[in-house]
Amino acid sequence: MIYLQLFFSFLQVGLFSIGGGYAAMPLIQNQIVDTHSWMTMSEFTDLITIAEMTPGPIAVNSATFVGIRIAGIAGAITATLGCIFPSLIIVPLLAYIYYHYKGTSVIQNVLSSLRPAVVALIASAGVSILLTVLFAEKELAAEHVNWAGAAIFLAAFALLRKLKWNPVLVMALCGISYLGINLII
Amino acid sequence: MSNNKLLRLFLSMLYISTFTFGGGFVIITFMKRKFVDELHWIDEPEMLDLAALAQSSPGAIAVNAAILVGWRVAGAAGIVSAVIGTILPPMIILSAISFFYAAFASNPYVALVLKGMQAGVAAVIFDVVCGLGKHAVEEKSAANIILMAAAFLATFFLKINVIYIILAAAVFGISREIFQHKKGQP
Repeated sequence: MIYLQLFFSFLQVGLFSIGGGYAAMPLIQNQIVDTHSWMTMSEFTDLITIAEMTPGPIAVNSATFVGIRIAGIAGAITATLGCIFPSLIIVPLLAYIYYHYKGTSVIQNVLSSLRPAVVALIASAGVSILLTVLFAEKELAAEHVNWAGAAIFLAAFALLRKLKWNPVLVMALCGISYLGINLII
Repeated sequence: MSNNKLLRLFLSMLYISTFTFGGGFVIITFMKRKFVDELHWIDEPEMLDLAALAQSSPGAIAVNAAILVGWRVAGAAGIVSAVIGTILPPMIILSAISFFYAAFASNPYVALVLKGMQAGVAAVIFDVVCGLGKHAVEEKSAANIILMAAAFLATFFLKINVIYIILAAAVFGISREIFQHKKGQP
């Protein structure tokens, strides 16, 4: 039953992503690329690109996009509901606990241990995406490297990190310059 | 509860969700502007508490924040109208894109633009990781740095399911709490 699979896949994404957008990314990859093979790594990278360029949470964007491609509009709705379902239960519950026992140390301790793990998971998803850009799912050898992609990655990273440019603008420039490089060469 | 207030809540979230690019923290800023400064439904310290809660709960920050604000303003009905207002715009936009995606991605020029943008996304993610990682390293906690390295190793090289890694980090946090308690008590 594809609807149940979609619902429970995105339920896990909603349940285990703590800390917003980028934290959901490794979980989405785990569900739709590694576990269910609903998408290739390259399609997943496109999905993250699209999700990044459009408003709305990455998890909701991905649920809609994957759901609709696997099982139409009903699939998009089931996947999105799965994704927000844990929040609907847990958030009011945590709000209740929070107002009663503000800032208890066990919650602080769990959160401060989750944060470094989440950073590592995001880094791992980032490396997977970078490898997709550089090697396009071929084996990791020097003769397969996409040098134009590598140059654009480094330039974009410098613009973001040093000059603090707007990410959406940087991504648009990356797309245009990659097209430009390929048309010229 | 007046229907007028629910409608106002729904339309506010619909508007904020349509026009906010750039993730959870940005949307919370816009929500603060709307519900604290403009409508005076919530006061500022409470909005900060709600932001912290939205951020530390599982799930999308924007959806969590909508649940909290909806609940504070109009109870269960408020949750429903705020959440629908939040998820409707991304659902409509992504549905439209997915219909064009196949035709879109098979066009050679579009494929090249997308490929270049993928390099850009990788850069955005690395930038975010550098920011977060720097913050984590500056805390100068050896346990956190080891935890970060171990989590990376486990997910990237050992391909351990991310859910287990998150659970393991949570258990680590709980054992830290127990350890501190033991140390604190004579």
